[in-house]
Amino acid sequence: MRTRRDVLKAGGGASLLALLTAAGWLKPEEAAAQAWNKNAFETKTVDETVKALGGSAPAQSKDIQFVSTPDIAENGAVVPIGVASAIPKTEAIAILIEKNPNTLAASFEIPPGTEPAISTRVKMGQSSNVYALVKADGKFYVVSKEIKVTLGGCGG
Amino acid sequence: MADPMKIRANVVGDSTEVKVLMSHEMETGQRKDAAGKTVPAWFIQSVTATHNGKPVLNAQWGPAISKNPFLSFKFKGGAKGDKVQITWVDNKGEKRSDEAVIG
Repeated sequence: MRTRRDVLKAGGGASLLALLTAAGWLKPEEAAAQAWNKNAFETKTVDETVKALGGSAPAQSKDIQFVSTPDIAENGAVVPIGVASAIPKTEAIAILIEKNPNTLAASFEIPPGTEPAISTRVKMGQSSNVYALVKADGKFYVVSKEIKVTLGGCGG
Repeated sequence: MADPMKIRANVVGDSTEVKVLMSHEMETGQRKDAAGKTVPAWFIQSVTATHNGKPVLNAQWGPAISKNPFLSFKFKGGAKGDKVQITWVDNKGEKRSDEAVIG
């Protein structure tokens, strides 16, 4: 049987949490972490990732290029990847690695005035196709490239 | 508090090139330690860059970004003496901001 005291306790706890959240008392960091697209970063195939980012069946495009990206990476822990898009109104660029545990490595939002070209370094568990996915004017485009990873580090 | 980022911002032609080197473990959550226990994931989730307070790049990262992440991008405008600020937030809610003057 629920006593009056239990009801008060339960109700009081719930509304306090709601109040704290509403008043912004919970740390802003937690809000920022929520903005992180968890669904997209948990996908395991290229198709799933594209879908989680809001696209479907992206068109192959020759206007996206890999820049200073190796064909063979000697160290899978540090693989430089650069992506440049020549598609007008490029809004976002994402880097997808097909054979990593989670496909999506990074996504970049490109505000107007910023050049649609970024470079970074990623980890690759094994040789894999790497996809550069570009969102431009609401449409999705993609290009892929195979990068071989030689874990021995002897360049062979 | 994590170590400071190294940020270099230079005017190249009519745009500003920004190169950032951050200091972060970027632990994937896939690795096991010597005792066979999974090392929990610890990685930067979001990176924002602003020029004079206006956003010039927003990034979301997964644990596949390399340890001590490197990032480079270019934006139009930006003059010598302007400020570029970079902020990252990791999955533990830790954050760090650093700024550099465009040279």
